[in-house]
Amino acid sequence: MKIIKVLGSGCKKCLETAELVQAVADEKGVAIKIEKVTEMAQIMAYEVMSTPAVVVDEKVVHKGSKPTKDQIAEWI
Amino acid sequence: MFQIFSDFASWLIYGLLGLSAETKLGDALHFFVEDVTKIFALLLVMIYLIALMRASLNVERVRDYLAGKHRGVGYLMGAGFGVVTPFCSCSSIPVFLGFTSAGIPLGITMSFLITSPLINEVAILLLMSLLGLKFTILYVVVGMSVGMLGGLFLDTIKAERWLQSFAAEALKRGQQKGGVDKVVAGANAEPLSLPQRHQFAKTEMLDIFGRVWKWVIIGVGLGAALHGFVPDGWIEANLGDGQWWSVPAAVLLGIPLYSNATGVIPVMESLIINGLPIGTTLAFCMSTVAASFPEFILLKQVMQWRLLAILFCLLLVAFTLVGWIFNAFTPMLLSSQ
Repeated sequence: MKIIKVLGSGCKKCLETAELVQAVADEKGVAIKIEKVTEMAQIMAYEVMSTPAVVVDEKVVHKGSKPTKDQIAEWI
Repeated sequence: MFQIFSDFASWLIYGLLGLSAETKLGDALHFFVEDVTKIFALLLVMIYLIALMRASLNVERVRDYLAGKHRGVGYLMGAGFGVVTPFCSCSSIPVFLGFTSAGIPLGITMSFLITSPLINEVAILLLMSLLGLKFTILYVVVGMSVGMLGGLFLDTIKAERWLQSFAAEALKRGQQKGGVDKVVAGANAEPLSLPQRHQFAKTEMLDIFGRVWKWVIIGVGLGAALHGFVPDGWIEANLGDGQWWSVPAAVLLGIPLYSNATGVIPVMESLIINGLPIGTTLAFCMSTVAASFPEFILLKQVMQWRLLAILFCLLLVAFTLVGWIFNAFTPMLLSSQ
């Protein structure tokens, strides 16, 4: 099962990103585990400088904006 | 070029709603409609155009550029980048940490962090349209100076001792490493095509506008209220001489108030039109934008209390000085127009 982490300190865009990821996963019927990472030290560890960012199975796939449904669909 | 907005407002308020231009309400509403429509139109166009240009600038490139630069130039560049980067304050902490991990001195990072909310390209264009080129240059120069001098001051007192430990360690590691691993950093460097830029610009425009429009309404609303309901000349009569105490008072008043830089500009315009001295206005507006509790709460994650307090006082003192200096020089500024 894919582990998807959404990095962001809790602003609206970051929350919406997490919701959208879950929604796309539900639509595709794929089971995933979503984690919201808000702690700065952890976000820094991924070398991410602009949030929201998305990490799939420990690989940073997107950063700096809310991803589109199509983009998310590619990762799931 | 902007007459169309005034005409639209006149049509709506005086024509359709039948209010009289003589009444305070009619006058205030007219101002409100005119300014809101004008600003919205300007915003949509400007954000789009700027985003089109900004599409290939990313923060990683900025960081790479700043890493290893000499301090003097570094402060200037840090402040300069703060001006051209967007103002989502939730990104300011990750950016702060990213710069710090690359070993960039705290002062340079702070130059960036201070100017970022104060000045952005949208605010600049808005200022130009509403208050003219001269005032805009003034605002930018002042904002950047505060950023640069603030950064220099923080480095001088070795403020990096007061970072939270994980941030302080990241800084040390970064400085030992001597900068950034260029292989990792270069990953985002392909140039974007025009359709891609358009897509980025469109998204940015909707996103920024979506975040800012409420501030504009509030800002113009306050401006309109001032315009219509504060007796003409009251501000001029009571505060127009730039009494020394009015500047610190303005700065203090700005603290609990928070606005996006874009939203505070209509208020600035109103205050100046009503006779508030330039220095006092600048002090108030900068304090409103830069001294914000949400931002400070975020900064708490990377700074110890002491550094946060120093930063806070630094900003207050800086804005007060700015206010006094500009009030003192107003006659000179105006006469050379």
